[in-house]
Amino acid sequence: MERKAEFQAMDAAAARQRCMGYRRRVLEVSQHVSALHIAPAFSCLEITDAIYNVLMRDQGNDASPDRFVMSKGHGCMAQYVILESQGVLSSDDLAKYCTPHGQLGAHPDYGVAGIRASTGSLGHGLSIAVGMAYAEKTQGGDGRIFTVLSDGEVQEGSTWEALMMGSTLGVDNLFAFIDNNDFQSLGRTSETHPSFYPLVEKFDAFGWETAEVNGHDAEAIHKAVSARQGGKPMVVVCKTTKGRGVSYMENVPIWHYRAPNPEEYQQALDELNEVSS
Amino acid sequence: MRNQFAETLYEMGKKDSSIYIVVADISPAGSMGKFRDECGERFINVGVAEQSMIGICAGLALKGCQPFAYTIATFSLYRPFEMVRDDLGYQNLPVTVVGIGGGVIYSTLGGTHHAQEDVIIASAIPNMSVIAPCDPLEVVEATRYCATQKKGPIYLRLGKAGEPTLTENAVEPWEFGKIRYLRRGSDTCILSYGVVTNKAAELADRLTAEGDSVSLVSAHTIKPLDREGIAQALAHHKRVIVIEECAPGGLASRVKEIAWDTEAKCTLHTFTLQDKFIHNYGNHDQLLAAHGLDVDLIAAAL
Ligand SMILES: Cc1ncc(C[n+]2csc(CCOP(=O)(O)OP(=O)(O)O)c2C)c(N)n1
Ligand SMILES: [Mg+2]
Repeated sequence: MERKAEFQAMDAAAARQRCMGYRRRVLEVSQHVSALHIAPAFSCLEITDAIYNVLMRDQGNDASPDRFVMSKGHGCMAQYVILESQGVLSSDDLAKYCTPHGQLGAHPDYGVAGIRASTGSLGHGLSIAVGMAYAEKTQGGDGRIFTVLSDGEVQEGSTWEALMMGSTLGVDNLFAFIDNNDFQSLGRTSETHPSFYPLVEKFDAFGWETAEVNGHDAEAIHKAVSARQGGKPMVVVCKTTKGRGVSYMENVPIWHYRAPNPEEYQQALDELNEVSS
Repeated sequence: MRNQFAETLYEMGKKDSSIYIVVADISPAGSMGKFRDECGERFINVGVAEQSMIGICAGLALKGCQPFAYTIATFSLYRPFEMVRDDLGYQNLPVTVVGIGGGVIYSTLGGTHHAQEDVIIASAIPNMSVIAPCDPLEVVEATRYCATQKKGPIYLRLGKAGEPTLTENAVEPWEFGKIRYLRRGSDTCILSYGVVTNKAAELADRLTAEGDSVSLVSAHTIKPLDREGIAQALAHHKRVIVIEECAPGGLASRVKEIAWDTEAKCTLHTFTLQDKFIHNYGNHDQLLAAHGLDVDLIAAAL
């Protein structure tokens, strides 16, 4: 039987360009709020871009059968700037981020255009995604569900319940991406929880199809998903750097929830410009 | 408040080697770092695993230790709720569950981070005590109490950081289970607890300036509630006002119940968070105002 390509092709250069723009935009927004989760967004930016702009049909818009859930809700700045670039959210929405008259807060809120589930409390998204994927399969749809989890939230018992159920229900239309940046609030995951690893083997043992990639390499992400065997839910463990793209933010815990001051902002923009030229 | 809690726990922990703190991937505030460095074995970080945090505290308490569980209020009480109820409440263990940012303090983080019904939920559990200090000084008193009591579990609702001091000139000392007069007057009595007591104080100033004789009360122990103290407040003032950063069903409802039971003659006004999720952002004051907890709005409604 001929197997037609499940996913559209990835143009890695275009993805790099987009992500550069998204990073700039997140930094811009950071200049009119007191705090926001920049480093968590930069950590999962390439993954989220690949999901929205390549892996989901019609960019996951309302007409698309595909859906995206930002399980690590505090990474939603990545999602907001992508939704803005698609015209789903407006620049006014981002200008009013976290203000009394805005509709965007520091976590995604169901009911806002493009947001498919309210997250922010870690460890909810994967079960929600399993439910969505199962609904698709049993209601005759062909939609695929995509979700991004942080390595921190993989520690929640509820994530492992969802992993068990994902394979029990055989939701092979579900794709989970782990933003494996080795950081959580209190420091390095590898230092606080050595037994958290190995990770891929744990997902294997729970009956998921697995792949391990560089989470900032759009091509690698695309390749891993396109090459899947199928028949099982898939989890892609993505090696990432928290704060990726701005040297002073990379792997520095305070940037989990800090906005840069004007000088830091300028330095960040300069660094991004240097990379793109 | 976070810093006074950490400082006090550190002091107590140095003296008493049965005190443990179990945190769930929350950056240690202030002296928590000192506690971690100097009482290393008794500082546990479970990671993002709140259910385990509560269970481990239960295990420690079953072996005679005095544990504290510590994270953001929604994650210390809601996420591991059944562990709190069964492991701590049902077994009646002296574990303090600390909820940081109770109420809607984490305003911009949205509904998933708003512990707007925490006091009611915690109060509903048999054996559970509920304490919500109104300022950093009361945090010190409450923490000392929690670190030394063996009665049972406590939900300790705290704010964040930078709360003003309201009790330095209080006319009464802090005592577990007793309402505490911060000022005494004879016309109006304002009852409040937790961080929003600063609004109660502001209202008290305003009414006093208008010629009213005003009592201001910190009802820091919501459970067990000082029924007798509240009955007295209802009996000895012409007007009682409750201001509460909690959904309907908390202190305001309890005061009404006591007013009915005691056939109180005063007028009674209650101001609480609304029974709804508000999908707005802004700072803490702005979110409180969206719920109607704003001194201008309250004054206008009186
Ligand atoms: C259930 C729950 N517990 C705690 C938190 C508070 N919290 C927010 S982010 C975070 C950890 C950040 O590390 P990680 O989850 O790995 O995210 P990332 O590194 O991608 O930012 C924690 C503990 C939460 N949002 N939800
Ligand atoms: Mg992480």
